[in-house]
Amino acid sequence: MHAIAFRRRAADRATKVLFALCAFAVVLPLFLILFDLLWKGARELKWTLVTDLPHPVGEPGGGIANGILGTLTIAGLAMAGGIPLGVMSGIYLAEYGRGKFASAVRFSVDMLAGVPSIILGIFGYVLWVLPMKRFSAWAAASALAMIFIPTVVRTTEEMLKTVPVSVREGALALGIERWKTTLFITVRTASAGILTGILLAMARIIGETAPLLFTALGNQFWQTGLDQPIAAIPLQVFNYAISPYDDWHDKAWAGALVLIGMVLVISTAARYIARVKK
Amino acid sequence: MRRGAPGNPKDALFERTTAVFAFGVLFLAVLLFALLVRESLPSIRKFGAAFLVTGTWDPVAESFGALPFLYGTVVSSFIALLIAVPLAVGSAIFINEFAPEWLKAPVGFLAELLAAVPSVIYGLWGIFVLVPVLRDYLMKPVADHLGWIPFFRGPVYGPSMLAAGMLLSIMIIPFILSVSREVLATVPRIQKEAVLSLGGTHWEMIRIVIGQHCIPGIFGATVLGLGRALGETMAVTMVIGNRPDILLSIFQPGHSMAGAIANEFTEATGELYLSALVEIGLVLFLLTFVVNLAAKGILKTMVSRASRGI
Repeated sequence: MHAIAFRRRAADRATKVLFALCAFAVVLPLFLILFDLLWKGARELKWTLVTDLPHPVGEPGGGIANGILGTLTIAGLAMAGGIPLGVMSGIYLAEYGRGKFASAVRFSVDMLAGVPSIILGIFGYVLWVLPMKRFSAWAAASALAMIFIPTVVRTTEEMLKTVPVSVREGALALGIERWKTTLFITVRTASAGILTGILLAMARIIGETAPLLFTALGNQFWQTGLDQPIAAIPLQVFNYAISPYDDWHDKAWAGALVLIGMVLVISTAARYIARVKK
Repeated sequence: MRRGAPGNPKDALFERTTAVFAFGVLFLAVLLFALLVRESLPSIRKFGAAFLVTGTWDPVAESFGALPFLYGTVVSSFIALLIAVPLAVGSAIFINEFAPEWLKAPVGFLAELLAAVPSVIYGLWGIFVLVPVLRDYLMKPVADHLGWIPFFRGPVYGPSMLAAGMLLSIMIIPFILSVSREVLATVPRIQKEAVLSLGGTHWEMIRIVIGQHCIPGIFGATVLGLGRALGETMAVTMVIGNRPDILLSIFQPGHSMAGAIANEFTEATGELYLSALVEIGLVLFLLTFVVNLAAKGILKTMVSRASRGI
């Protein structure tokens, strides 16, 4: 009897330790990656990194300023198109979305959310680069918008659905028109949640590399127009990383540090907004 | 909610405006699929089904078969699942059932951060940290002693299927973890308490309850992770070695579907070459689509069963 009780207790302890080790193994890579980023990225982390254009190989210094501007440009364009489309579609699905058409829209949102990002690069290429015969910021932005939109539609719909029906009914009972109720009361009540969704989607597209490879292409200089190839931080990190030069490897780490910094700032802001408004 | 007051033209206008935007999203999804099909047509016409089962990839002779890419994508994703599923499920159990309250939120937050790291940074870390470590401390010793096993045959270069699979596993763990946690949370509290009140230990409770309730849900989480792994591009292409050969050893380099598109798209000069690459994209699109649909189906039946208390 004691032997059995001991064995059962030992099994209980052993599995507990095992599961704890699993959790440790899951979070360990994050610390390793962040440690390496700080350790190796700090070497090249100077002001010139964010103010200067890239220098040719072997020439010390130089930065990724054009990439920072390029990333912000492409993400900004994607969001300028994606926010109205995403939020309005989310409103439609939450407020009027029943029936076959709404199901079809939801299905396509789910489908788009699961598409590998490299395929959206093909989308941007076929839509812009083939007809214009030129890589461009437009092509990159439309590829990123395709990643941005489904996330925003989903969070908008979910957030609007968390607004209690009584809020809508209260407004309608006061004689406020339905469209005004939706826009100025329901959407406003859910605005923090919607903004959180937008910021998280933004953090995601800023780090995307694959869809930019053959849409933005990259650029060693400041861009002169949106119909020209454009630099982006993820592309610079990639190109420096696969180059055979040591000083470029250092720049890849520094660029990655800047990139993860941007992603973390944006997603922390998103979390902060979500928490404060609760 | 009822529709607005009948006959209010502004309400009708607003509804229609939002519907137009919703139609825009639907249109984009259809457009994406249509463009993929249109651009793949030359390749589909030329190679037919042979595209998926032949292994020659020769841009000069314009002869294309995508099998090595398909093989690399599937094998590296499978390795990733082998590593990721036990770790993710184990830590889901730890967080939900064992961890003290104060530890739950931080561990969950760290896992979310893992999901937020851009894939090019995983790739960078893979090239300069993971691959050298794996090569020197795992692959070389194993190939020296167990090299007679076909899966572990040398020579060891570093970039390999194994490296890609391991890096992928780190990337998909957050998704499998969060779905597994949701699945575990659907178990009725009363059933857990029943086992405990009969004198069962914590582990016995988990074993019984998971065996009863969570296997389909965890399978759904696994399929969802597979959907993620199949389409991952940058991290994989940076550590897999990008060699379009089908080799049995997981220490050898391979290639992937997404990696082929990423590496060769800008170099694709001929119409047929480009079309073959887009067709790889189309196949990858359909593959992830089916896998994601399956995952959703599995998880949906699971949730509806849970809500009925079965």
